Amino acid sequence: MPETIDQIFVILKHWVLGYVPAEAQPVFSALLSVVSVLVVFPLLFAITTLLERKALGRIQNRYGPNRTGPYGFLQPVADAVKSLTKEDIVPHTADGVVHFLAPLLLVSAALLAYAVLPVGRNMIVANLNAGVLFFFAVGSLVELAVFMAGWSSRNKYSLLGAMRAIAQMISYEVPLVLASIVVIMAAGSLSTVAIVKMQAAYTGIWPHWFVFTPWGFAGFVLFMIAATAESNRSPFDLPEGESEIIAGYYIEYSGFKFALFFLGEYLGMFATSGMAITLFLGGWAAPFSFLTWVPSYFWFFFKLFVLIAGFIWVRGTLPRLRMDQLMNFAWRFMLPMALLNIFIAGVWHFMPAGPSRWLVCVVLVAAPCILLSRGLKQEKKLQVRTYRFAE
Amino acid sequence: MTVVFLILAVLTTAGMAAAMGLRNLVHCVLALTVGFTGLAALYLELGAQFVGFTQIIVYVGAVAILAVFVIMMTQSAGALTRPSLSSFWVGGSLVAGSVFAVLAWAIFSRVIPRQMLLPEPEVTVHQIGDALMHRFVLPLEIIGLLLTVALIGAVVLAIRERQGMQ
Amino acid sequence: MFGEGLLKGMAETARNFLGSYVSKDRLTTVQFPEERVAPIEASRNFPFLVYDGEDWQQGMRCVSCLICEKECPPKCIFIEKSTDKKPDVSGKPQFYPAVFNIDVSVCMSCQICVEVCPFEAIKMDVAFELSTDDRFDGLLWNKERLAKSNEYYGRIHPTEAAVVDAHLAEGRAKLEAKSKLTTEAKTAGAAAPSAQPVSGVAE
Repeated sequence: MPETIDQIFVILKHWVLGYVPAEAQPVFSALLSVVSVLVVFPLLFAITTLLERKALGRIQNRYGPNRTGPYGFLQPVADAVKSLTKEDIVPHTADGVVHFLAPLLLVSAALLAYAVLPVGRNMIVANLNAGVLFFFAVGSLVELAVFMAGWSSRNKYSLLGAMRAIAQMISYEVPLVLASIVVIMAAGSLSTVAIVKMQAAYTGIWPHWFVFTPWGFAGFVLFMIAATAESNRSPFDLPEGESEIIAGYYIEYSGFKFALFFLGEYLGMFATSGMAITLFLGGWAAPFSFLTWVPSYFWFFFKLFVLIAGFIWVRGTLPRLRMDQLMNFAWRFMLPMALLNIFIAGVWHFMPAGPSRWLVCVVLVAAPCILLSRGLKQEKKLQVRTYRFAE
Repeated sequence: MTVVFLILAVLTTAGMAAAMGLRNLVHCVLALTVGFTGLAALYLELGAQFVGFTQIIVYVGAVAILAVFVIMMTQSAGALTRPSLSSFWVGGSLVAGSVFAVLAWAIFSRVIPRQMLLPEPEVTVHQIGDALMHRFVLPLEIIGLLLTVALIGAVVLAIRERQGMQ
Repeated sequence: MFGEGLLKGMAETARNFLGSYVSKDRLTTVQFPEERVAPIEASRNFPFLVYDGEDWQQGMRCVSCLICEKECPPKCIFIEKSTDKKPDVSGKPQFYPAVFNIDVSVCMSCQICVEVCPFEAIKMDVAFELSTDDRFDGLLWNKERLAKSNEYYGRIHPTEAAVVDAHLAEGRAKLEAKSKLTTEAKTAGAAAPSAQPVSGVAE
């Protein structure tokens, strides 16, 4: 019985495919998977916008939206109606075609990334051999969309915002990929399904998730920080900070196109969280061996929910990083840590299992972390101020 | 000559032709990106997953972004137009035509009969990694050295320029 | 410790988040139309005319001296003095304003009219829910709209109203005492017109 509930969607899909002639079955199968992704994740986006506003409100000692519907649950509907009915303003000197295509490219790239995320046992849209590589390839399409948006608006601030956004994204893409290489090394495969299968085993009640190893934990932290930076989320939201550059590269977009940018950003956040869950947190595997009767897709979305809550919590807590602080952090802390992490994963692999390898690896992770963070602190001696008129 | 190959070939050639022929510089770069993506799709159609995705990561994600950065930093205002044909288009098309003719002759004169075609090898990333580490380790190290030299050179140039400005 | 600042910050926001469901001072929002905060006594919005007693026309303190109209900086008060006199609350016949209009869209709540009024007739109100969709006639308030009772004044500005009432009562007591003295002197003078003290004789 638990297996049936676990595989209910797969069984449903096979049942529907039974009514389709054999030649059209691959196309229909792909269509069904794609439609389910298109339904589930934008719905999750709508719920997340509401939860984020309410959670941020509570963190800031206020209610979130609570007038539209009970406890504000119809707020996403109101937002959708607003963004659909707003006038679509395109600047006169803007590059029409590029201006139109930028949000489309962003949303398409973000949606493509869901093709390799296994949301449950046997539930994946496309089981590619090089799944993780596909994910990063699609992520690099997002930067092009950002450039297109910033350039086509013919606005100095828009261009400045786009430049900063692209610089930030390419700087943080390197630690992102390097942090995931450790997992690929440990699993010996680029396929997401294989990586999750490797983590779905248990010793006693404890799972084999990669996050419970020193290199896995460091990799997970690096991956999450880089994911926050990749989706331009606080504290890395300088390119779109509302108090800095108004909206940065999507300043000239209104109505539905703006909503598409918003959607693309959040979908990117979900996709990188989903990849973090797949690589480090065991994908659809249950946390303890006695909980495996709960369906696998429930665990995936539960972990996704926990990570989203973490994103919202960090957004409500930390102030925005300045551009030079951001870049310093990426190139002088995260990149060396990611490279050292690969070395540490190798050490872990070749040492015999036991407490000694734990000790060695934990020390090897903690020491560079502390030393590198010391290097990041800017010890500026402030000059004594003298005032010409005030004394 | 399957339908997929035809569509991808049309997409790639149209993208590259547009990259050469469009007037607006930014449109050219974007059309070039479309051409790169078409090439990547062709690699994928042939079953080379690693090369296809790496083509996207490197060409679309790095080379196109580099071109775009150059445009952003050097031209900040005005529509960038350039004449459609450069001044030495005759010589250029002659050279391109002759290269095309040589390649076409080479391909058509070496047509392998269909029965002798071996089945496509299933090249996994594992095998590529193995080959890089065993058979091709010397080219890998030389390329690594070359890239390091290029990186150091870029940093030196930037530092010298900054010192020059100061 | 490494990362201490970050962790302390996250703990603080977590405390805020969880505390907002439990304690009132971690969720200080007042849900406006349903709940209201009591207004502070010293707040002010637009002026109103005070009247004593029940009848707003009879008990209005304003005697149309036109000082507030002259002193108002944006000149938003328009008064027309009456031609006849009416008895005020203490019986004395006074002029009264036939027309007293304040253009609230111009009034800047500077309180100068209140400060210069010698009769404590105009005071500042605290009502702020004054939206109307008629921005010309709806914002030109006439005498009837502006008249509010002394009890209302006592409710919105208790200490001020107490001071004003004491001052007015003192003034009325003095007036009554003076009038009593003059009536007594008149009756005394009528009774003994020759009872003049000879100052130079009894040295």
